[in-house]
Amino acid sequence: MLIIAILLIPLIMTVVAASVPWRPWVGWATAASSGAFLALGVALSVATMSAPQWALHHSFRADSLSAFMVIVIGAVSLLATSFTSRTMRQEMESGATTARYARHYAVLMQVFITCMLSAVLTANLGVLWVSIEATTIATTFLVSHRRTDAAFEASWKYVILCSIGIALAFLGTVLIYYAQLHASGPVHSSSLDWTSVMSVAHHLDPNVTRLAFALLVVGYGTKVGLVPMHSWLPDAHSQAPAPVSALMSGVLLSVAFYGLLRFRAIAVAALGPVFPRALLLVVGLVSLLLATVMLIAQRDLKRMLAYSSIEHMGLLAIGAAVGSPLAIAAVLLHILGHGITKAVLFLSSGEIYHLEGSTEIDKISGLLARRPTLAGIFGFGVLSLVALPPFSLFVSELTMARAEVDAGLWWVVAISLGCLSVIFAAVTRHTRQMLMGAASVGSSSSPLSVSVALPLISALVACVALGVLAWPLQSLLTHAAQGVLP
Amino acid sequence: MSTTYIASLELASGAVLLSAVMTLWRRGVRSIVTMLSLQGIALAAVAMVLALHEHERALLVTGALVFVVKGLVVPTLLRRVSRLDPRSRESRPLVNVPASLVFAAVLIVLAYVVGTRITSLAPSHATHLAPLGLATVLVGYFMLVTRRRAVSKIVGLILVDNGIALVTFLLTSGVPLIVELGSSLDVLLVVVVLQFLMVSMRHHSDTDQLTEMKALHD
Repeated sequence: MLIIAILLIPLIMTVVAASVPWRPWVGWATAASSGAFLALGVALSVATMSAPQWALHHSFRADSLSAFMVIVIGAVSLLATSFTSRTMRQEMESGATTARYARHYAVLMQVFITCMLSAVLTANLGVLWVSIEATTIATTFLVSHRRTDAAFEASWKYVILCSIGIALAFLGTVLIYYAQLHASGPVHSSSLDWTSVMSVAHHLDPNVTRLAFALLVVGYGTKVGLVPMHSWLPDAHSQAPAPVSALMSGVLLSVAFYGLLRFRAIAVAALGPVFPRALLLVVGLVSLLLATVMLIAQRDLKRMLAYSSIEHMGLLAIGAAVGSPLAIAAVLLHILGHGITKAVLFLSSGEIYHLEGSTEIDKISGLLARRPTLAGIFGFGVLSLVALPPFSLFVSELTMARAEVDAGLWWVVAISLGCLSVIFAAVTRHTRQMLMGAASVGSSSSPLSVSVALPLISALVACVALGVLAWPLQSLLTHAAQGVLP
Repeated sequence: MSTTYIASLELASGAVLLSAVMTLWRRGVRSIVTMLSLQGIALAAVAMVLALHEHERALLVTGALVFVVKGLVVPTLLRRVSRLDPRSRESRPLVNVPASLVFAAVLIVLAYVVGTRITSLAPSHATHLAPLGLATVLVGYFMLVTRRRAVSKIVGLILVDNGIALVTFLLTSGVPLIVELGSSLDVLLVVVVLQFLMVSMRHHSDTDQLTEMKALHD
């Protein structure tokens, strides 16, 4: 029942947003629907602690991992959709959009959220693929929402690259299905259901599974933003409206990563830990190194945030490569912490863009003197992003490092820490330039409205709370991690 | 195992790869679209033949779906775009046509090298043809990388997708119907989205030569 309700809420909201002309209340209603399914997600996580939940003749299945992902999607959606009305009003005032496109925007946001929820709640690995591919279609129009040349170019690159990537993931899924049909074990199963694939996972043909997993890592890795098919990400994230960037960076990448976590469990069962670990370590470390290089001399605020997403996705891949229960739990906490932090940063960078008319780092300075609240939120957001204590990313990165040491991967810890300290220096330098610096003339100093400040500040407080007292989540995290251990 | 079944399966699967290679050879969008249409029909034929042989009703539905989507709807959409854009000939491919054909031959060999590792799991007449699908996928990627025109990129994407569909039919007699429905719908939507973007970009800028789109970079 809970599962159906969670899926129905954004679906109904889609119909509502599609059937009435754009009004600001539609934006608030979408935020309310996000809040509603977030609450149901929490209830679902309680229910799944005892046993996985099923719905609609076993079409949908939720274990603790799915419930956790629903919570992540809900938290970031709540943040992003609470900015819908404001973003649309700002864009309409500046002539960047019209009521017609505002309506499209509201509808597509809901379609996007529904697709992500169906991706994490489906029982079937094929439907997981269909849902993730469908997010590409919904978000393309959201990326090109501003209808400028640059926005069209970004969304063109986005569709082409993600379709290529996701096609590889489909081939990988098909090969897993083929291996499942011919599995040598005592049990025979012939559907792509997660439980039935896992029941024969130990008997899958290693040759076929190896190729399939490689295709899946590159394929879903494209949507995650991992090397070698990451180049759509900075363009798409910098061109999309701020709430869309927040959702894409905060959860879409992680939802694709959720797909990888599921398939990793299958691959480890069929192949043993060595091959999946090697593959994920390579893509993770190379992504981390690439992000480090690109962050050092970054000149655009939103592109800086985008490359930081590649950095964090690289860290997730490394964590998944280690694959111990501790590492997976840390990966999940990292997904939540990164989602909330990145959403706060993208949303406040949207405000900065509105204020300054630019996202070029060189053109923004003295923000702290002119807009202290906004600058404060952004500053603390950056501190959370570079994983300073007491924010939760510090806890998850520390735990991942501990898991890596436990697994004997000292050299991985060394490389990651090196990259992270360079990133720390680079990102704080860019941020200092924007926050401090000389205030330009003609500075406006109207205070930030409560409707903007409140969600962002409470999100940052939530990050601190997650970091200081992980207890509300600890049992959920460990239980969820059990779900993807072979 | 009737010889008609084997012969028709081989013929249809071969036609899928052949039409993929032909798209590398032709330059006019119209003839390329005709090739794609033929490829869609051949793909539907593969599904039908397998369905009749294995008495799978779901696969018969899939075959009909493939015929409508890949044989009729997608080519019609592409033809409409080529009518909108008279300059849609592939004028300056990064790799010229004769060299492309040589590359295609290399890719087919590569597909067989990789493919035999997969087919050895369950050798049969159908699975032995699966490398043809892999080769189609590789030719599609080659097209995507070496052709500059937006239309050619869409064609490359469709080739990749058709190749994967052929692998799916030959190895597993099709994925579960719900997945097949979803993926066909996704493909259709991707083509629609790409067309929308192409038309919008033409309204905004002078060219759709994608290698010249360099506004966004670091």
